Amino acid sequence: MTETALDVESTTSRTPVLSARDIVKHFPVHGGGILRRRIGDVHAVCGVSFDLYPNETLGLVGESGCGKSTTARVVLNLQPATAGEVSFEGQNLNTLGRKEMRRLRRSMQIVFQDPYASLDPRIPVNEIVAEPLRIHGLYENGGKERVRELLATVGLRPEHGNRFPHEFSGGQRQRIGVARALALEPKVLVLDEPVSALDVSIQAGVLNLLQDLQSELGLSYLFVSHDLSVVRHVADRIAVMYLGRIVELAPAEELFERPAHPYTQALISAIPVPDPRKERTRQRIVITGDVPSPANPPSGCRFRTRCPKFANELSEGERKLCIDEVPELVDRGQGHPSACHYAETAQLL
Amino acid sequence: MTPTDPAATTGDTVLEVEDLTVQFPTDEGLVEAVRGVSYELRRGEVLGIVGESGSGKSVTSLAVMGLLPKTARVSGSVRFNGTELLESGDKELSRVRGRGISMVFQDPMTSLNPVYTIGDQIAETILVHNDITKQAARKQAVELLETVHIPNPEQRAKAYPHELSGGMRQRVVIAIAMANQPDVIIADEPTTALDVTVQAQILEALRTAQKETGAAMILITHDLGVIAGQADRVMVMYAGKPVEKGTADEVFYTPRMPYTLGLLGSLPRLDIKTDRLTPIAGSPPSVINMPPGCPFSPRCPLAEDICDQEEPPLEPGSNPEHLAACHFSYRVEGHEPTDLFRPVADDPLPAGATEGEVRE
Ligand SMILES: Nc1ncnc2c1ncn2[C@@H]1O[C@H](COP(=O)(O)OP(=O)(O)O)[C@@H](O)[C@H]1O
Ligand SMILES: [Mg+2]
Repeated sequence: MTETALDVESTTSRTPVLSARDIVKHFPVHGGGILRRRIGDVHAVCGVSFDLYPNETLGLVGESGCGKSTTARVVLNLQPATAGEVSFEGQNLNTLGRKEMRRLRRSMQIVFQDPYASLDPRIPVNEIVAEPLRIHGLYENGGKERVRELLATVGLRPEHGNRFPHEFSGGQRQRIGVARALALEPKVLVLDEPVSALDVSIQAGVLNLLQDLQSELGLSYLFVSHDLSVVRHVADRIAVMYLGRIVELAPAEELFERPAHPYTQALISAIPVPDPRKERTRQRIVITGDVPSPANPPSGCRFRTRCPKFANELSEGERKLCIDEVPELVDRGQGHPSACHYAETAQLL
Repeated sequence: MTPTDPAATTGDTVLEVEDLTVQFPTDEGLVEAVRGVSYELRRGEVLGIVGESGSGKSVTSLAVMGLLPKTARVSGSVRFNGTELLESGDKELSRVRGRGISMVFQDPMTSLNPVYTIGDQIAETILVHNDITKQAARKQAVELLETVHIPNPEQRAKAYPHELSGGMRQRVVIAIAMANQPDVIIADEPTTALDVTVQAQILEALRTAQKETGAAMILITHDLGVIAGQADRVMVMYAGKPVEKGTADEVFYTPRMPYTLGLLGSLPRLDIKTDRLTPIAGSPPSVINMPPGCPFSPRCPLAEDICDQEEPPLEPGSNPEHLAACHFSYRVEGHEPTDLFRPVADDPLPAGATEGEVRE
């Protein structure tokens, strides 16, 4: 999390700990009636690729329904992919046997958004944190001590381990979720909106904790969030998603200083900053309308129906390309990849 | 509207809330949801109310609107254009609610009826308070939809709420809220459930509504960015009380209450690279059977003995308009969050359930 854009060179020369290639995930849409026949597909994720490097935080951002959580789940094999490949330290997960998969599972853990829903209310905290150890037959050998250690690591008092989740506040519950995720000494943590349900004063403590854990334990984070401010703070690199596709991928600072895709630009310009003078003088790129349904996405560039550039700047002839051809995620001279036929950097902050 | 806008500086008060308290007797004890809130809303201005969940923002507004459940114990005074609302009968109240003050909630379905078209619902709102024909009301309804930037308003007027997206529904609610030219629009977390690109649209629609009607607006949110962009004046709430009040610039640039400073230090910023956040230790207190003293004291880096004994009143410093409730506000002035708060990740927090960290 503390790496700067300058470190990216060295980052890319390393081997990724986690790689996703052309991930596709469709969900069937069923009709009404008794038969509930399949009448179509929701194209939740459409050809997403990324690499996550050791000790790196990759932010996956986008608005609701853009496919960021689905991507995270597919990567962890919590849901089967419709197509695509995921590899962990160079090993293709699709080709692994059950036993190897089980071993790899330990290396990748997830922390969910809702610290209320994701912890079983009937089980004391000690047991919640111990469960992964028991499942993998690691509890007998010093598990009790390990649980105490884990609770202390996330800033909770080990002596409170016999209490139940409802006796803890939201921020503390999220820490319990993190302790549990750390139990098997994973290399990768997938954090799905880990602080979105928390008030800001509490959020900050959890974000600092995640930052510390990363540098102490050398973890890699796939950090999924709708909150661009949080992602700027935690991520080394950021992938922006729109309707199932990554539209821009850049080192964090670069994304905010030189966003190239019209959607990223609109997103950055739409988010209010806690500074009244800046707010009064800021330029806004307002995009109209709502996100189209992923069951029936626009042809070509999926953002074109809301794109201010498409609407206000492009000629009829130029627009044809947006309608007919899916823009690839490649560097078009802006220094980092973006999926816009007419990518152009802008300065917004 | 900026603070220099003439309408905002006439000082003409439209809504005056004085020492409002709201309590709920419950099985767990007495919930002191609102513990003495006072504010004046000037004609045409935007007052932002900010605070974390459970700080009493919503209950304050529901009390103003007379929409609290029967179990609530309310005291204090709420004067709208000089009329005391807390003593008004149901009839007077519903007149005020329809014409004088309107409300926009987080969930638009709170205000919409699923079985009527949106055009009919807007027209109905107009008809209740105006002696005009159905036809004329319908025409106005379509115009209102246009004002809040609903595309194809003529057609959309015939749609039912479920046929619209969340953002579109919220626009309809705003159209209803402005239908009878209210003097006050209260918007309670109007964009919290929406995506940011849609949030920007809704904030713009609210602005339009406010300008077109000349209404004053109370904008309630937990989002300091939204407040910074929209509010002329700001009231920060903590545990049922305002703890800081001033212009947006005063509150953001020279906070006088440690809690406000702590909130600003906790925020990851879109516009600035931050290496380390400075969280506020602990969590907001439960407002059930509250102990004496300053409710922020257990989390406050400046706390001394007096803070646990005496709750500080909301008082001005050198600037008579900028109020803070802190015994040591002079020690906050001119400081950065990192001067006061330690940028540590985690004090071993005492386990103790305080609800109210999770947004509703
Ligand atoms: N009907 C009710 N009965 C009991 N307690 C309530 C009721 N409504 C609200 N409260 C409590 O009042 C306090 C303030 O709530 P609220 O005004 O909703 O906060 P905010 O809007 O700032 O999040 C909270 O502790 C809440 O649980
Ligand atoms: Mg509320």
